[in-house]
Formats: sequence, C-alpha cells, structure tokens
Amino acid sequence: MMNRAPLLAVDMVQAGWSLAAGPVIGPVSFTVAAGEIVGLAGPNGAGKSTLLGAVSGAARVFSGRVALADGARLALQTQQLPDIDGVPICGAELLRLTGAPIAGLPPWLGHRLSLRMDELSGGQRQFLYLWACLAAPGEVVLLDEPTNNLDPAGVDFLATALRQRAAAGAAIVLVSHDAEFLAGICQRTVNVVKVGS
Amino acid sequence: MNFDLVFDPLFLRPFLTGLVFAVLLPLLGCYLRLREEWLAALALAQMAAAGALLSLLTPLPLMAGGLAAAFAAVLLKNAFEGGRRGRQGAAYALLLLLGWGLSILLVSNLPLAERIGHALFDGQLYFTELAHLVAALVCAVVVLGLLVRLSPQLLQAHFFEDFFRSRGGSPRRIGLMFDFLVAAALALATMSLGVMSAFALIFVPPWLAWRHARSWRSSLVLAAGIGVAAYVLSFVLALVLDQPFGPLLALVLVGLGLVEALVEAIWQRLHEIVGTS
Repeated sequence: MMNRAPLLAVDMVQAGWSLAAGPVIGPVSFTVAAGEIVGLAGPNGAGKSTLLGAVSGAARVFSGRVALADGARLALQTQQLPDIDGVPICGAELLRLTGAPIAGLPPWLGHRLSLRMDELSGGQRQFLYLWACLAAPGEVVLLDEPTNNLDPAGVDFLATALRQRAAAGAAIVLVSHDAEFLAGICQRTVNVVKVGS
Repeated sequence: MNFDLVFDPLFLRPFLTGLVFAVLLPLLGCYLRLREEWLAALALAQMAAAGALLSLLTPLPLMAGGLAAAFAAVLLKNAFEGGRRGRQGAAYALLLLLGWGLSILLVSNLPLAERIGHALFDGQLYFTELAHLVAALVCAVVVLGLLVRLSPQLLQAHFFEDFFRSRGGSPRRIGLMFDFLVAAALALATMSLGVMSAFALIFVPPWLAWRHARSWRSSLVLAAGIGVAAYVLSFVLALVLDQPFGPLLALVLVGLGLVEALVEAIWQRLHEIVGTS
C-alpha cells in the first residue's frame, strides 16, 4: 500500500497555554493522512486537550512544528460546550453555523432539530455539537472527548459516523480517556506525555 | 386627553426617528444578551450622553460628541478587559460611573448643559430635528447591513469558539466590530430618545423575546416586534396624556414584562391543575 501524504503533521511539539507557565506537554510527534483515525491517549491531565489546542492554534507551541497540508481546513470540537440555557437557538440553526448537513444524523435526533437547544437532553446536545463539527466541511477533524455524555447507542452511532467520515477522505484525531473506544476505532494511538515525564 | 395630537404632522419626524431605533436596538440587544454584555448598553448610552455634553465645550455638534465618546468607551472597554470575559462587568460599571459623573458635573456647571442634560436624561424625542432622522436612517442602513454579515460570525464565535479560531477567525476582532456598531446605534439613539429609553429598548424586548422564541431568527423578529409595539404605545400615551416620553416607554416595557410573567405563572398553575386532575 502506498503511503499517503499527511494532512496534519505534528513534529516534536512542546506546547502549553501561557508563556509564564511554559510548555506542559511534549515532545510529541505524529501524522494523520486522509482516511486515517488517530487517537491521543493518556491519563487525565496529561495534556491531550493542550495538544489539540496546539494544532488548532489556541495553545502556544514552544518548540517543534505543526504543519497542515495546503488548503486543508480544520474542524475542531472541544469539551467545553457553551451555556445554552435560555438561549433561543434551535438545532437546525446550530448546524448551519458550521455548515454541517442534516442528512446522516441519527433518527432520534433528526426530527428534533426544530426544538430549542435548551429543550434537548444533555446527550442530545452533546451529539449535535459533535455532529456540527464532525460533519462540517473540512479535511482535518479534531474531536476532544467526543463520547462524553453519550449513551451506548450514541457511542455506536458516533463510531459509525467517524468511519464513514474517514472513508470519505477526512483525517481524524480523537482525544479520549476511553481506551476501549480508541482501540476499537483508531488505526493508531499516540500517548501524550507531560514535559519531563 | 387630546387624540388629535397623535396625527399632527409636527410629531411625524420624532415618531419616525424613534421608530427606527425601536427596530434597531432590540435586534442589537439580542446579540448583546448572547454575549452577556447587556450592561454595556447602559454604559455606552451614559458615555454618549457625557460626550454630547462635553461637546458643548468644543465647536463639535452634540451628535459628534456623543458618537466620539461612545467609540472611546468601546476602546476603553476593550483595553481594560484585554479580551478576557471575566473582567467585562467591571469595565462596564466603571464606564457607567465615568459617564454619569462627567454628565452631572457638566450639567451642574454649564448653563446650556443643564437644558440639554435634562433632555438627554428625560428623553427628548419630540425635539428631534431632521438631522436626527437622517442620522437614524443612515445608522440603520449601515448597522443592519453590517449586522447581516457579522451575525453568522458572532454566533459561530459564541457557540463554536475553538472551531471559529481554528478557521482563522478572531473572536476579539469580531467582538470589537460589533461593539462599534452598538456604540454608533446607542449614541444616536441616546441623542434622540434619551439614555434610559435607549437602554430600555435594547434590554427589555430581547429579554422578553428570548423566553418565547423557538429559534434565533424568531427571537430577532419577536424582539423587534415588541420594541415597535411598546414604542408606538408609549408615543401615543405620552402625547395623549401629555407626559414625558422616556419614562412612559420604560414603564410600558416593564409593564409588558410583568404582564408576561403573570400570564406565564397563571398558565403554569393551570397546567398543574389539569395535570393533577
């Protein structure tokens, strides 16, 4: 099989959130090509989200290099959902914000898109946020703890959707504390280590 | 009570000027509410009033002074908060106090400022000139035109901040652009409607609309509708009862809020009764 050129290359990256605190993770290296799903594993506090932040530009890269293929667009979903209670926005409007299509949504969510987000359950909200990023136009998809708040049916649907997205040509990076989920869906898993460990 | 006054052409210009802001301010208020910056509206209106009064010491017209002060307030707010959300409340409170302090001192020490200050704080809608109406219309065209383009970015920056950043967007830059739109609209509205009327229109209709709207789009329509309905009612009441417009608008909007809360409480009680029977 021919090696495909990576859409995302992380080379010996050390990263952190502030200049004063310095780097908290690394050095870490990995690449992701179109069609691949790569997992970032490690215990809580290891810095997996920081590494995603370094890739997306939210965190500071102290050394090493993050390279995105020319023209490749990122689609990033983070753990922190904004407070939605009391805000009059419905699911269909939320998906439109990232350009994610409605087609492909699980049936238990598809018919609830006209409801306000604050009328959905925690799991339904989480899945919609996830879908908004996972299905958004983009070549590199970064998902941070996507299985949080999902029931087993939601996790199964997510796994299928991830495989379909990868098969359609996306490069996917998953952060999860759920080693079983990562092992079941990722071609490779990268262990994220704290600086000095 | 004199209903003939309502149809007097003399009051058409003030009516149209206020009507423009009755649509514009609630729309902006929805985004301010989303960004949890509704207090900024009061601070900007107060600073605009102070700027208008300060302009009496210069050759600048009142409107230019109000606009300049509101824009300066936006820059101060952004410099103070450094883009961090946690500090915003303090920045708004300080600007509010600064605007109020300056205004009161100017009103106390300048004879002309006393009359204008009264108009700014009581609401001077009936004394608006053609320049106010033209400024309101130009402001509405510019602000609405830019808001249509900014809206998707403002919403994406709010709901998908990291996604927005990862696509090269800057939440701070978008926020600053929005702040300038709000400052322009509020400064001009303050010159026409007065400080508290402008604040009431930007705060109450979105607050009411958010409780009942089923989507973002419908919240905008509902907020503008409430703003226009409350404005028209207040305008008519003020003329017919020969009362100042500003306080009546504030009271009508608060009254709408109370009626809505009462109706909702009765509705919920009925639901409970039907549910338990």
